[in-house]
Amino acid sequence: MTGFPILSVMLAVPLIAALACLFSDAKSARWIALLATLVDFALGVMLWANYDVGGAQWQFTESVALFAGFSYKLGIDGIALLLIMLSVFLMPICIGASWLSIDKRVGEYMAAFLLMETLMIGVFAAQDLFLFYIMFEAGLIPMYLIIGVWGGADRIYASYKFFLYTLLGSVLMLIAMLWMVNEAGTTDIPTLMAYDFPAGAQKWLWLAFFASFAVKMPMWPVHTWLPDAHVQAPTAGSVILAGVLLKMGGYGFIRFSLPMFPEASAQFAPLIFALSMIAVVATSLIALVQHDMKKLIAYSSVAHMAIVTIGLFAFNVQGLEGSMIVMLSHGLVSGALFLAVGVIYDRLHTREIARYGGLAVNMPKYALFFMVFTMASVGLPGTSGFVGEVLALSGIYQLNSWVAAVCGTGVILGAAYMLYLYRRVIFGEQKNADAAAMPDLDLREWLMMVPLAAAVLWMGIYPESFLKPMRQDIASLDARLARAKPASDAKLTAPKPGAAAEAEHEPAAHGGAH
Amino acid sequence: MDPILFIVFLPLAAAIIAGLGNRALGNVAAKSVTTGALFVSCALSWPIFLSFLGGHAEPHVVQVLQWVQSGSMVFDWALRVDTLTAVMLVVVTSVSALVHLYSWGYMAEDPDQPRFFAYLSLFTFAMLMLVTADNLVQMFFGWEGVGLASYLLIGFWFKKPSASAAAIKAFVVNRVGDLGFMLGIFGTFLVFNTVSIPEILAGSPGMAGSTIHFLGMQWDTMTILCILLFIGAMGKSAQLGLHTWLPDAMEGPTPVSALIHAATMVTAGVFMVCRLSPMFEASPTAMAVVTVVGACTLFFAATIGTTQWDIKRVIAYSTCSQLGYMFVAAGVGAPGAAMFHLFTHAFFKALLFLGAGAVIHAMHHEQDMRFYGGLRKHIPLTYWAMMAGTLAITGVGIVDVFGFAGFYSKDSILEAAYASSGQAGLFGFWMGIFAALLTSFYSWRLIFLTFYGKPRWAGSEHIQHAVHDDHHGHDDHAHAHGHHDDGTAGYRPHEAPLNMGVPLVVLSLGAVLAGFVFHHEFISEGTGHFWKGSIAFAEHTIHALHEVPTWVKWAPFAVMLTGLLTAYQFYIRKPETPAQVAAQLGGIYRFVYNKWYFDELYDRIFVRPAFWLGEKFWKWGDIGLIDRFGPNGAAWVVAQGSRGAQRFQSGYVYSYALVMLLGLTAAISWVMVH
Repeated sequence: MTGFPILSVMLAVPLIAALACLFSDAKSARWIALLATLVDFALGVMLWANYDVGGAQWQFTESVALFAGFSYKLGIDGIALLLIMLSVFLMPICIGASWLSIDKRVGEYMAAFLLMETLMIGVFAAQDLFLFYIMFEAGLIPMYLIIGVWGGADRIYASYKFFLYTLLGSVLMLIAMLWMVNEAGTTDIPTLMAYDFPAGAQKWLWLAFFASFAVKMPMWPVHTWLPDAHVQAPTAGSVILAGVLLKMGGYGFIRFSLPMFPEASAQFAPLIFALSMIAVVATSLIALVQHDMKKLIAYSSVAHMAIVTIGLFAFNVQGLEGSMIVMLSHGLVSGALFLAVGVIYDRLHTREIARYGGLAVNMPKYALFFMVFTMASVGLPGTSGFVGEVLALSGIYQLNSWVAAVCGTGVILGAAYMLYLYRRVIFGEQKNADAAAMPDLDLREWLMMVPLAAAVLWMGIYPESFLKPMRQDIASLDARLARAKPASDAKLTAPKPGAAAEAEHEPAAHGGAH
Repeated sequence: MDPILFIVFLPLAAAIIAGLGNRALGNVAAKSVTTGALFVSCALSWPIFLSFLGGHAEPHVVQVLQWVQSGSMVFDWALRVDTLTAVMLVVVTSVSALVHLYSWGYMAEDPDQPRFFAYLSLFTFAMLMLVTADNLVQMFFGWEGVGLASYLLIGFWFKKPSASAAAIKAFVVNRVGDLGFMLGIFGTFLVFNTVSIPEILAGSPGMAGSTIHFLGMQWDTMTILCILLFIGAMGKSAQLGLHTWLPDAMEGPTPVSALIHAATMVTAGVFMVCRLSPMFEASPTAMAVVTVVGACTLFFAATIGTTQWDIKRVIAYSTCSQLGYMFVAAGVGAPGAAMFHLFTHAFFKALLFLGAGAVIHAMHHEQDMRFYGGLRKHIPLTYWAMMAGTLAITGVGIVDVFGFAGFYSKDSILEAAYASSGQAGLFGFWMGIFAALLTSFYSWRLIFLTFYGKPRWAGSEHIQHAVHDDHHGHDDHAHAHGHHDDGTAGYRPHEAPLNMGVPLVVLSLGAVLAGFVFHHEFISEGTGHFWKGSIAFAEHTIHALHEVPTWVKWAPFAVMLTGLLTAYQFYIRKPETPAQVAAQLGGIYRFVYNKWYFDELYDRIFVRPAFWLGEKFWKWGDIGLIDRFGPNGAAWVVAQGSRGAQRFQSGYVYSYALVMLLGLTAAISWVMVH
């Protein structure tokens, strides 16, 4: 692999295909897009296969100096590798999901998706601060277009909200970046990750980045763009929005906020915890009362992303690794759930839960896949959702039992809203004749569901494949954070000598507790 | 290859084949694969159990696959085989194999048989993963896996709204317990830096007396860990407070109730407390909590059992009550007695449920005992099987001579509770004695209402339907059902077919003999050779258990007899008595009949507020507050700025690109100037 600029090729393939799509008719645009995304997926598999676990921290590096210290610099560590894999895995499925449902301006639609793929990979592969910024912000433009042009009836309001939230965050982040480059004298991300910014400045820089990442995550209370964006976006738009775009917020925290501003991260951890606790409880309860399938899943995303943020700010290995797995898992599972909604939306053209019911009778295959993804969403052991959730929550428990207990209620509420959804859509009588007449999954849909289900189970049963590449990177991040690590609230005391024998006669030892 | 691998993974393979093959595979193939797999598993399990019984087997662990390694948190897929596991293996595989067989007959007319058998086998796999777990997380995997199977099987008849509601309720209520279990696992990891069960058990005595903060309060470390884990056990084993899902779970097909909601899954909580008994031993407070919760449950559930009319609900509350006995035993330091009762209960309770299924089958889906009566002559096999189960559960037996299964196991629990002499133990003893009276009463009530007296079938809609359909189908037979004044409505109950009869006979043998044959190994002195340290069952506890005063040994017999005679008086000699008593008790009767109003209470304080809060967070919080003063407020400001929101909105992409471009240009030029 030495010398072969695989990352640049992965950026170039979709970009060239995007240009080709612009000048093609609908049918060839679909095939070009599918082919390009499959090629990128194959390249991604090569990337993973050739990634040297335990080797250099940054691999497949490429660097071309452009001007004034600004350079085209790529390279990945294990964390970026996994998120790139997630992106290239979901892309062909998105193209498949759009195969029939998009019938106007197909070439431009495919071009927008391919452009987004380039930019997503760019976000995770960029090693230059400004290169990252361009990719990070520009990646949203095709998303705006996808919602604004191919979206539902209320698409203008949805994309306006999306725009407004993101604008605020990105302006603050840019200002912070300028300050940092001035202070550290470099735009190189790996160098900045090891740079110790003065504690006073960290606070402001952290808040500026937080503004951007919190919106992307999204964290409560800057989440209200997400339900609208999801509801209005076409199916594939929702898949990629939930699957990858939300992960950019988490990636931002793990790549910038934590390693660059450890002291500020510790200082603001309580803020993160408070917002996350509110998010888990409030958005889970909101999900319970939704009548629109996509809105329900969108709200559940906010709750799941809150588990990511508490894990990231747990300042230990379990929390960090758990958060990464939750991100990957949520990418697969929520993507799959939006796809599942799309399958029946294509048939009945409504997302209204009450219009369905009894689908287990006429769509048994669909019911099975929906069950698998529902269970992954509620974190059943054996699925990807569990591994991430249990690691992230056990991570935060070591720091603060309150946060773990409150966010743990997501386990109960998640089961409630997902099974309530499943019951209304899949179980029950077939009360609507048109829903009862819907055919089961066809080959194309089956081909999209199977890889997702397989990946969900793989990550649940043998997550080592995904933990291994990032282990070393997480360990070094954990080591960097060690100096700022907040104290645990557990305050475990050592047992008294000979306590085992005495315990029976010492009610006073725990008398104060009750 | 170690046989344990086949025992555990054959049911999984069968479930996958039957589940994915489904209709393409066909009923007979799907049923044969799953049932065959279970009988093989069962045949492989008994030798393991017998070798532990003979004392010449050693505990061992079979590694399967690496699972998670995250920093110091490491857990793998592994199968642990020791005495405790071996006991569970025979219970799970035997009852499961028999229930598979029984379902051939019971589910014969169901259009969805492959799915049903796939779920049954999937359940068995998850249960086996639970009992073979070597670390807490794999136990949790099995724990949630059986929860999933239970959810799927309760909701098996998914078109019935009540069935899918019960399925959700079971899953969500269990999840409340599971949150406790999860927090317990996290806390255990925090304290011991491992989730491996043997390592935790080895470290537990050394942690006694240390303290830890949880939710801002200071606790004795082992107490809080055990209580959190026990909350999980309370959910799965339907203990007071988290029991509300179990009666509703009777919406599932009856073989499911026998396998999952009587013999195996609901005993997982008891199994967990026994498996972790050295951990609980380190906290007398936690032990007392276990005892008191068990005692309250066994009493409360028994009271409700005396008033219900639905035959399955009576047995469901009885199960809940018997699980309470097991927790009392575990709580007073006699996990051997708890496991013994778990073992015998599995046989006689599965028998009672399958017998009830045979009655329901015979009575054309009628479950209300008010419409039974006089069935003993029509379905004699079922009658004798139910009798065996009832003799076992009520603990009929003569001290030092012979007794049915429950006689040995339940009495040993009561003796252990008395011998423990702690306040919690004595509370458990007296509650247990009183509940034994109720147990005898409701069990015999069931028998008398169902099998004795005159037929009362005519009032049943199900029977009317059956007779009606029959008349239409076979007009020439109509005259045979001519006179209805005997209460039969002309209906002829039919005895269970062979594939349902065989499991009844086998389980009857278990109900009659399991106590007599195995009590020596499970609860006698010197039983350490059998348990081999897999539970914390101190020799002095066993000794004390056998040295209780004579009246303690005879008390259960006395209350059993009282219960029997009362039931005889109420339902055979003077059938008008129950209504009079109910009328006299008035409010108390209504309180008990309505299951202590738990469902109504939870609906008021949890379910409705959750929906109300969700609505408010959404309409007031997200829309009324955040959107109003956030994006919508901004739009309003912009619109006031005379540019017009419309123009602003349509040009947003370009504005955004422009802002970004300007920013970047500024950034680059600024860097260049430096």
